[in-house]
Amino acid sequence: MSAPETLQSTALRHAFGNVLSFFILLLIGVLAFSIRLFSVIKYESVIHEFDPYFNYRVTQFLIKNGVYDFWNWFDDRTWYPLGRVIGGTVYPGLTLTAGALWRIFHSLNIPLSVETVCVFTAPIFSAFASWAAYLLTKEVKGTGAGLTAAVLLSMVPSYISRSVAGSYDNEAVAIFALIFTFYLYIKTLNTGSLFYATLNAIAYFYMVCSWGGYTFIINLIPMHVLLCIVTGRYSPRLYIAYAPLYLRKMQVVLGTLLASLVPVVGFNAVMTSEHFASFLVFIIIHVVALVYYIKGILTPQMFKVAVTLVVSVGLIVCCAALAVLIALVASSPTKGWSGRSLSLLDPTYASKYIPIIASVSEHQPPTWPSYFMDINVLAFLVPAGIIACFMPLSDASTFAVLYIVTSVYFSGVMVRLMLVLAPAACIMSGIALSEAFDVFTRSIKFQLLGATQSPQVNKAGDTNSVAKNDVVKTEISEDTLKERPSRKNKKKEKEVIEKASLVSRIEKRLLVLPLEASLIAILLLVLLGAFYVVHCVWAAAEAYSAPSIVLTTRSNNGLHVFDDFREAYAWLSHNTEVDDKVASWWDYGYQTTAMANRTVIVDNNTWNNTHIATVGTAMSSPEKAAWEIFNSLDVKYVLVVFGGFVGYPSDDINKFLWMVRIGGGVFPHIKEPDYLRDGQYRIDSQATPTMLNSLMYKLSYYRFVETDGRGFDRVRNTEIGKKYFKLTHFEEVFTTHHWMVRLYKLKPPRNRIRGKTKKSKSDLAHLCRREEKKSIKFMDLFTLVVNHR
Amino acid sequence: MVAAPQKTLTISLFITLNLISILPLLTFSFNPDEPTNRQILVLLDDLSLRSSHSIFFSSLQSRGFNLDFKLAQDPAISVKRYGQYLYDGLILFSPSTDRFGGSLDLEGVLDFVDSGHDLILAADSNASDLIRNIAAECGVDFDEDTSAVVIDHTGYAVSETEGDHSLIAADDFIQSGVILGSKTIEAPVIFKGIGHSLNPENSLVLKVLSASSSAYSANPTSKLSSPPSLTGTSISLVSVVQARNNARIMISGSLDMFSNRLFRSGVEKIGSLKKHGKSGNQQFATEISKWVFHERGHLKAVNLKHNKVGETGEPAIYRINDDLEFSVEIFEWSGASWVPYVADDVQVQFYMMSPYVLKTLSTNQKGLYHTSFKVPDVYGVFQFKVEYQRLGYTTLSLSKQSPVRPFKHNEYERFITTAFPYYGASFSTMIGFFIFSIVYLYNK
Repeated sequence: MSAPETLQSTALRHAFGNVLSFFILLLIGVLAFSIRLFSVIKYESVIHEFDPYFNYRVTQFLIKNGVYDFWNWFDDRTWYPLGRVIGGTVYPGLTLTAGALWRIFHSLNIPLSVETVCVFTAPIFSAFASWAAYLLTKEVKGTGAGLTAAVLLSMVPSYISRSVAGSYDNEAVAIFALIFTFYLYIKTLNTGSLFYATLNAIAYFYMVCSWGGYTFIINLIPMHVLLCIVTGRYSPRLYIAYAPLYLRKMQVVLGTLLASLVPVVGFNAVMTSEHFASFLVFIIIHVVALVYYIKGILTPQMFKVAVTLVVSVGLIVCCAALAVLIALVASSPTKGWSGRSLSLLDPTYASKYIPIIASVSEHQPPTWPSYFMDINVLAFLVPAGIIACFMPLSDASTFAVLYIVTSVYFSGVMVRLMLVLAPAACIMSGIALSEAFDVFTRSIKFQLLGATQSPQVNKAGDTNSVAKNDVVKTEISEDTLKERPSRKNKKKEKEVIEKASLVSRIEKRLLVLPLEASLIAILLLVLLGAFYVVHCVWAAAEAYSAPSIVLTTRSNNGLHVFDDFREAYAWLSHNTEVDDKVASWWDYGYQTTAMANRTVIVDNNTWNNTHIATVGTAMSSPEKAAWEIFNSLDVKYVLVVFGGFVGYPSDDINKFLWMVRIGGGVFPHIKEPDYLRDGQYRIDSQATPTMLNSLMYKLSYYRFVETDGRGFDRVRNTEIGKKYFKLTHFEEVFTTHHWMVRLYKLKPPRNRIRGKTKKSKSDLAHLCRREEKKSIKFMDLFTLVVNHR
Repeated sequence: MVAAPQKTLTISLFITLNLISILPLLTFSFNPDEPTNRQILVLLDDLSLRSSHSIFFSSLQSRGFNLDFKLAQDPAISVKRYGQYLYDGLILFSPSTDRFGGSLDLEGVLDFVDSGHDLILAADSNASDLIRNIAAECGVDFDEDTSAVVIDHTGYAVSETEGDHSLIAADDFIQSGVILGSKTIEAPVIFKGIGHSLNPENSLVLKVLSASSSAYSANPTSKLSSPPSLTGTSISLVSVVQARNNARIMISGSLDMFSNRLFRSGVEKIGSLKKHGKSGNQQFATEISKWVFHERGHLKAVNLKHNKVGETGEPAIYRINDDLEFSVEIFEWSGASWVPYVADDVQVQFYMMSPYVLKTLSTNQKGLYHTSFKVPDVYGVFQFKVEYQRLGYTTLSLSKQSPVRPFKHNEYERFITTAFPYYGASFSTMIGFFIFSIVYLYNK
């Protein structure tokens, strides 16, 4: 009698639930967007850091010249004189996305500037990423877990660090693409629909377009498939097993085809070792599928004979193929792996062999505090989430577990890959939190209702299990709706029902906790969540919102802003010729081309090690040799970042050893020990003569002693070793307000070549007088600075 | 905070001033548009030199130079007003001056040269430190022994007064028609003065007149206590310098060699049978002054052009394997007008860190040099470079940047013959799949 009523009420509750989750998702989107606006509010709407400037420049080009010109863009303003084929060496996903956004806005008559679009692309996509996380987690563990995971992801600090407004980098859209690809994979796995498989391939294509991290997907998904085969999860149900595998094949084929369309990937999609796994698994899947198919049509005896035959022949063929493969791979010097990927497998690889990779701080292994900083309480919730994933274990949850395990490993290798860990951690923690809340609220409910209505218990458990197995339900309905041929369907259905019943059995057996304990536990969980929110907001506001081209410090007399970088770039763009070449360490290449619009020798796209080594060698050489190197590259200006005056630690002196290492890697006359005194890197009077005479030292500390009279470097906290010296081949043309950027010009070769006769005394005295005058002038300036600071 | 803009302003002002002060160095001031009416300042120790060296001066005046004679001590000397140089050339016939009058000093003279102006400097046995320093700054080292003069016991000029053999007859000229004129100087040049040496590493300075192998530099009145520091052909008597900005300098160890007396005197080199009625001094001095004041050997290159074959405009970017044409016009200043420069050794480089193409340009005898070549199969930022350095001529160094891009995605060949098996494979697979589908679906 009450059956239709209860049905109606559950339907109503479902409707309410759907509307509610829709609004929750909307709010999550708003939260994800707005928490990333701290940088705009605290600083200004400006592109951050280094790489985003390049992306910004590329986007400007795209919008100005169109897609085809962008594709064929040969940039003659970087990597002078080699130039760079931007169209073929850039991941175009981000740029095309922002370009499309800009076009949409303009077609709606919303005249946003390119910069605005670029600044806000990352927050928009982090909202999308939260929604994708919701979808993925929903596929794994139901709506509740999905919503929790989405909330967590919307403000996980690790992701915020890469997607604050202005951080216009590939990761901004790639994390969304990553999660969405995984979602579609799980969806395909759960539904077995070709439609989702195709969507999956397209999402994977977008990911390939956006970020080099796509190799993570192309290795993780085969691993999961392999895991499924090895654990025999499908062995009794051959055809159901075949479905995801079949789709998997679809993905490999379609995905690879699409991937190779991206110019930057091109034939790498079939040539490098990173992609081998997917092809290997592709073959294995077919072998397995074939084996099961043959097993189905043969009698057991025949099958045994066939197996021995095939195995013996197959082994021989495999060995031969493997030998050929190994020989091919081994013949290439890096074994077909790219340096970054190699350092993933062997964390010490990069620091041993490729200084240019090791020199980037985000390629270093992370420290423990950085885990706490970047994922905070999630680190504690992840294990619980993994446990939750094991009860019950489904294809989707094995995938989630695999995802978290691999990403934890990779994040331990490179700080940068913390970003891949963050969504996994959010999903796991979302599952854990939602399961915990589930258990606690159920036990509260049970305790409260249990006294009056004991028979309801069972029902409560049932509803719960129903709600929780939403996925499973949809699966059933979808499966029944679709008239799909063959026994596949039936088998799947059977499995699903079995699964569902298994789940409810487990549910029933679950311990019911005492009321007080549940209440306290819920309180603690809420508190934990509150801590997380507080930490995230703090991280978003304080730690990760600095654009790094503008720096601020707080002192007794308030906030002090250091805008030296833009000052220097503006000077360059206003005071130098359009075709002048500016040499600097590669970190500042992108900014120089984007902000000063001047040609640079090397930039942050470190594709040519030799060229970077040339600049590194020049910086580590004495003045004359350096002048010759720079002159051969037609360099007019040299840009040096110096933090010793204000205590800005990531300056060129601190990066100098990397220049020496990278330079020495190609030009062996630069030897690292020459720059170290007893293995110590120092710039004081104990420093080696090679160090004191290197160009970098001279350009950094030229006239530095005039600032405070003793040359005290506030980064290294020492007095510099060589205080009074003159430059013979370079001349200072500009030093910014806080001495953070110093620009030097190469002197032209001497007009006359002097003979050997010494100067008479009167001339020397005259020269000295002139120097003195200059220094006095600068002391005046300096007192001005000091006074106003 | 208030002081911040002020400070930046001061810094930028300071830098601007610095820049302004180096700007004149960059300008090249031999102005071929106004070849006549060139002003030359002549500084003399003694105004009597004006008459004793009048032949040399009048030869300059007859060639259109306005000479402004001043005593070296004259307090009214100034070569520069409001940042503009008042003179195109400077002749220092004041070997014994310690300090110039007016605002001119060592630095002033060097700045004058570094801004592209020409200089003739003559020293003699009592040359002052100032003169020696100017010479040294130009790469010419006079003998440090201040009392030394050049002596040649086997190459002296026979003269009425049997002396110390310091009046020498030098005939070891540089073999260059550009510097010394096309007419060879038959008679030796009579030289009396101090010798100098040049650093062989110095590529800018040239020995125009060198002493014979038997010459040495020493004090003729005292006995030689130690071997002389300068001996033989390493002694240069007259040298010229062409600075990097093409300013030309002549430095002579003898002021007397420009005098009317030696211009007119006959010469007989000891040991030589031939007696010349007139010394080579006048011809030598006139010809070399022509070179110094850019009346000979001054080249200019204009209209550097490049374009794709079949087009006229200069493209912003080339594609690899494009065919291009390159042309440049080179003229030489004849003293009165620009005449086409004719040579067969002008080369153009298509340069990116090293020359990828090096081609000798062919000329139409009217100043136009041209060639055509194929852009190499390498992309990057290339330069068209013409580096032309020949003895006595001004240095031509031109470069023009022109990037070379790779093929666009739609510029490759659509079908390659060698790939036909692959095309065949893919199309046959497609057809096969189609047939298979039909057979599988409709064949029970």
